[in-house]
Amino acid sequence: MSRRLRLCVFGVGALGFAALLVWGLAGLASFGEFDGRYGQLLAHLTVPERKATSSISVTTFDFRGVDTLGEEFILFTAAVGVLVLLRIQRAGEDVAAEPARTRRPTADSKTLRSIAAALVGPVLVLGLYIVAHGHLTPGGGFQGGVILMTAFLLIYLAGTHLHMGRARPLDAMEISEALGAAGFALLGIGGMVLAGAYLQNFISFGMVGSLLSGGVIPLLNVSVGFEVMGALLVVLAELLDQRLLMRRDHR
Amino acid sequence: MTAVQAVALIVVAFGGTAVVLARDPARQALVASVFGLSLAVLFLAFQAPDVALSQIVVGAVALPAMITLALRKVQRREEAQGDER
Repeated sequence: MSRRLRLCVFGVGALGFAALLVWGLAGLASFGEFDGRYGQLLAHLTVPERKATSSISVTTFDFRGVDTLGEEFILFTAAVGVLVLLRIQRAGEDVAAEPARTRRPTADSKTLRSIAAALVGPVLVLGLYIVAHGHLTPGGGFQGGVILMTAFLLIYLAGTHLHMGRARPLDAMEISEALGAAGFALLGIGGMVLAGAYLQNFISFGMVGSLLSGGVIPLLNVSVGFEVMGALLVVLAELLDQRLLMRRDHR
Repeated sequence: MTAVQAVALIVVAFGGTAVVLARDPARQALVASVFGLSLAVLFLAFQAPDVALSQIVVGAVALPAMITLALRKVQRREEAQGDER
């Protein structure tokens, strides 16, 4: 197919696509206007029904809790899949399963290492804050979990390995991932046993605006936080390990 | 539409194009990270702080980190295979 013909085909496709796009956009509500009944309902029900101030958290963890359960297990299975693939590869590469335990700094740049070391504390606190306040302000387990993962990534960048001596953080991460995933499911079953429906709230809602309000929503946030942090860290550690192993072999 | 929203939209449009135009994958991961950050600003300007937070942590941190690590791994493997030949 000549270049010219290809351009013609592309032009016809692009024009058609543009026409469809314009047609679709023309039917939209005007900018800034929203008249979805469901959205309005959720926004108005959040505080009186669940005593939590973040309607997004209430929607994802309560009104649509089962959706979130599915999403959490998508991440869980994806992480497990990546782990299985990477570990099979490692076995095939005939390299010792134990990671390199040298005390050599991971990064050579002193600036990078000091900035990373200085950021670990604040990032850790921010992550915990985001997880714990998910039902009050924007944020929650997913966002906070990734921020917590970043704190551990910073420790790695600051010059210490994720694997050191007999303390096996990898095991802790795997446990964190599994416990987080199981915690969500078990909280749901708790609702089934104590309140009659899966993921239904079974503890006191508390006072609007306090840290312990919103029933099980903060607990769900914490378990999601652990799960997300564990899943990402396990994958990261696995990728970093492989890199370290490769580097060691080359010398 | 406020000025902030308009500026954020324009920055995102340019950022997305920049990601496509960066051909080197490692460089592309970094550009994508900046693009993710500008998307987060856009979401914030449109009053979706929850989505903005997710966008910051996933688009600006987690995704580029995973891409660079995966790239590193692939490159190492290619080098190792090159040595064997």
